[in-house]
This record gives sequence, structure tokens and C-alpha cells, in this order.
Amino acid sequence: MAQENGKILSRRFGRPDSHKLAAYRADGGYAALRKALLEMKPGDVTAVVKESGLRGRGGAGFPTGVKWGFVPRGAETVYFMVNADESEPGTFKDRFLMDYDPHLVLEGAMISSYAVGSKLCFVYIRGEFGWLVERMERAVEELYAEGLLGRDILGSGYDLDVIVHKGAGAYICGEETGLINSITGTKGQPSIKPPFPAVSGFLGEPTIVNNVETVAAVPFILEEGAAAYRAFGTEKSAGTKLWSVSGPVVNQGVFEIPLGMPFAEFFDGHLGGMREGETLKAVIMGGSSVPVLTADEAMAVNLDYESLQEAGTMLGSGGMIIIPERCDMVEMIQVLMHFYWDESCGQCTPCREGTGWLHRIVRRLRRGEGTSEDLDLLGRVCDGMAGLTICPLADAAVMPMRSFLQKFRPEFEALVRESRPAKPDSRWAREVR
Amino acid sequence: MSAPVEEKRAFVLPEEDRGAFARILERYPTRRSALMPTLWLLQDRFGHVPPEAVPWICGQLGVTEARVAEVISFYTMFRDRPQAKYVLQVCRNISCTIHGAPSIIAHLEKRLGVRLGETTPDGMFALEGAECLGACGMGPVLQIGRHLYENLTPAKVDELLDSLRRGEPMRPDTDRELED
Repeated sequence: MAQENGKILSRRFGRPDSHKLAAYRADGGYAALRKALLEMKPGDVTAVVKESGLRGRGGAGFPTGVKWGFVPRGAETVYFMVNADESEPGTFKDRFLMDYDPHLVLEGAMISSYAVGSKLCFVYIRGEFGWLVERMERAVEELYAEGLLGRDILGSGYDLDVIVHKGAGAYICGEETGLINSITGTKGQPSIKPPFPAVSGFLGEPTIVNNVETVAAVPFILEEGAAAYRAFGTEKSAGTKLWSVSGPVVNQGVFEIPLGMPFAEFFDGHLGGMREGETLKAVIMGGSSVPVLTADEAMAVNLDYESLQEAGTMLGSGGMIIIPERCDMVEMIQVLMHFYWDESCGQCTPCREGTGWLHRIVRRLRRGEGTSEDLDLLGRVCDGMAGLTICPLADAAVMPMRSFLQKFRPEFEALVRESRPAKPDSRWAREVR
Repeated sequence: MSAPVEEKRAFVLPEEDRGAFARILERYPTRRSALMPTLWLLQDRFGHVPPEAVPWICGQLGVTEARVAEVISFYTMFRDRPQAKYVLQVCRNISCTIHGAPSIIAHLEKRLGVRLGETTPDGMFALEGAECLGACGMGPVLQIGRHLYENLTPAKVDELLDSLRRGEPMRPDTDRELED
């Protein structure tokens, strides 16, 4: 399970047989599981993961081992869930992990399940990833056939079942309580916290939900130790991170780099800079929900949790969206505001109504029907949404809205001043009042 | 109690799906939690969740018809009525927009003679807008069923539509050695 050129998570990407159990085992796979089940107690596993500094890679960045530690001692029934509902615009890293290395994800999930005392693990995959549901189901079948899942795994006395659960098209199910509620067979609407799922989650039992990339780091940590993981990254942002990069750079794709690398170095060295004829205008670093950075701001940051927070944005999911100069920022925010309006679960009034208002105000600006008062109104609607809802979806809409308006205000003002509509856009004409 | 005079024919799960349904019930910890996989099983068979199957679902899983209806309507991928043969879901989110999704949508509208949200009169194609499909580095992208077609250009769209009309769909970009 060693690393290769600093790659812990992605070293098998692109290998033709990487998704097969035989190839994975030949490459040292499931040795970490063997070590965990036969040589370590669940509490030891949690301790190593805590010590490694691994943080949740889904967006929140919460320390993984600490989260596991919230499961009450002596809990009889515990559930572990892998969040593979990857739906944050700009994010496509978990897709690569499941496609090329389903067994790495499953080995991590199995070790994590063991650590928290779960005998039933769900892998919740967004419904649009139909081919990955098949991929993961086959990998699970391989494990049952080899006796690596089910009763008394590897003679350890530990029992574990894995269910691959297919979502059906709802961004909100990426929020952990929405995900849990979805598996109970209801609408995937989030629940208020506390109680946190680690105490009371699926069917009222302690439940831990971790992102695909988070669990995929666990086998390396178990096998090589916390210090080996900490050798990558910074003091507070340990390890490596997958960045899924989209936009008109020379190299798009999924890249694994140690946390803390300067964006400028990543941009030049890995992404190859902008394509010919394109100029960098802005970067959304961590998926569409985080505040946008201007090109100058982006060039000054390092890619770790703390540096990005200091720069007024977030690492989020690592879904990096490169926006070129030719793009109309009001169009970009219209796309995003439509998304959040469409995906609001409708439970909390500030979000249900607010996302719709933001979407409609931006749309009327682009139609040339906006007034200068609308720019202030956008800000006031944001004020009435942020922090006032059960889950962070409202904040996820507000952060891009506020930052686009603040950093690219002249583009919004130009639409008002000139009362000149942008190009006609039929994309949403039929479905939004 | 006597049977109603015009009793509807009760839904019967097709023989070939009974094993899969039994496995769902066996694996999920409660019957209610088996609702989504049950809906998928039915939709994979019929192309949508047949309304006549809803009472059957309620009986099997111990849920109300209201619960089934709200779940079907909450999740965009569940459908309660027959769909076009090919539902083309085109991403219109931010990365695909940067990569030219609007012009791909315009091209599809022109080639199919329908607007986004409409179905061709022959019931062959439905054109739908989709939110982010998780293929941002490979945009523009569209989804048909379980698979994605990526890095779309007008020429690739033409080739795809022709292949679908011939009944020999071109190989999706996400179809990587799943057969072995």
C-alpha cells in the first residue's frame, strides 16, 4: 500500500485492471484490513487515524478520528456510511476513486466500520453515477465470494455487510443527515443537529458518515502509520488531497498533491497554465459553494484548509473551477443560483424562498430588467438566509452570491446601467416562473 | 368484506425480479428502508414506477401511498409515467457552461426540433436540462440512463443521435470494461 511519487489515493488511476480484486490484492491491497482486524483493537484504529490528522474530504474538513470518537462507548448497533453522493458542482474526484480503485474505497470503508463498531456499512452513490453503482456492486460481490465480507472476516470474528445504495438525484443527500434520512426511505431532507448522527443517526442509532476520499486514505494510514501520512501536507492540513480541476487549462482532471502547495505552483506545474488564447479571470477553489477568488487572489494562496480560510474562501471538496476572462460572471452566478434553487429541499423558508429570489433577481438583471436597487436587494436576501437554516445549503448559495457581487460588481452594474440584456438564454425559460 | 365490483388487477412483480427483491428485503435493516432500491428495481424493469405497483409497494414495505408519492416526486430520477425511449439529460451547470453547454443545448434543440424540457412527437427523444453530473473536467456532458457522453461537440452530438436512431447506441465514455 506504499505511495508512489507522493500518490496515496490516485496511484492506480488509469491502470487497466485496477478495479479488480485480484489486481488490487497483487498490489498489496487488503493488507491494511488484515492488520486492523487481526492486530488492532477498534480503539487503536481510531487513535491512529486521529493522530494522522486526516480531515473530512467532503467539504467540512472535520478531523475524521475525532468524529469517530463521538460514537458512544458500548453502543450496540452502529452504522457506517460512505458518502459517495458527489454532487457539488466542479467536483468529480470520488468518481475517479470508485471507477479506478473501488477496492481502495471498500478497504477504507471496512477498516472505518471496524473502528466505529459497525456491522453494516452503506455506500451511498448518487443515482446519476449508474455505472459506478455497478462497479462498486461488483467489487462488493468479489469480496463476498472471497470471504472478505460477511461472517468472521479473515478469522477475526468480525462480521460486516456492505450495501451499495443508489441515490436518485438530490444534491441535498450529500449533507450527512439528508443522506441518512434518504436511506430510511424518505425524502432526503436534513435534520437539525444536535443530536449529531454519531450519537443518533440512522434508525436512531449512532451513525458515522465519511466521504469517499476520506475513507480511501485510511488503508495507507493503517499500514504506514500516522507519521508517514503526516509527512505529506502541513501541520494542520496533513496528507494529500485530490483536486478535480475543470476549465480551460491545458490539463484538466483529477490531481493528487500534498496539502499546502501554492496554487501558482499547481497551476503552472500540474495544470500547465491556461490554454492558448485564454486568460485567467477567477477561481472557485473548493466546489461551487465556496467564495470565488480573483486571479490575483488565487495566485497568492496555498492549497490547504488554513491558507484558503485566511484568503476568505474554503478548501471545500477540492472541486476547482477555472473561470476564464471571456466568461460573463453574471451568467456564471445565474447558473449557480438556478442550481441552489433547484436543489433546495424546501424544508426551511429562508432557503426555499431565498434561493428562488436570488435566482429570479439575477435572471432579471441578465434580461436587462434589473434596477440598481436589485444589487442591494441581493445582499439583503443573502443576509436573510445565511446561518438561519437546518443545513448549510442556504449558506452554500450565499457564499458564491456575495463574493461574485462583491468582486465582480462592475459586471452586475453594467447590466443595470445599460439596461441591456445579455444574449437570450433559453436554458431555463420554460421551467421557472 | 366483499371485493369491490371493479377491482383493478393486482400488480404482480415479474418473475425475473423476485430474486432481486428478496435480496433487497434480506439486506436492508427495515422494510421501510428498502423503498428506494425497490423503486429502482421497478423503474429499471418498466422505465418508470407504474402507478398500479404503488399499492403493492405499500403492502410489501409497510409504507403509505403518500410516502411513496413524496419519495418519487422528491428525487428527480424517479419517474411515475412512461418516458421517451432516450432521455437526454444535458448538464447546464458551471463547468459545462464554461465549456460551451449552451451551444450544445442549442444544437440538440435544432437537431431534435424540440426545446429543452420537451419530447419529440415520435416519443424517441426527451431533451432535459440536468444539474452537475460529476464530469466537470470532461464537459460538456450528457447522460443517457446509466452512462455519460463526455467532451461533446456538435459533431459528436450528431454521431450520437444517428447511432441512437439506428438503434445501435455509440459506446458511452463511462463504459470502461464493465463486461468482464
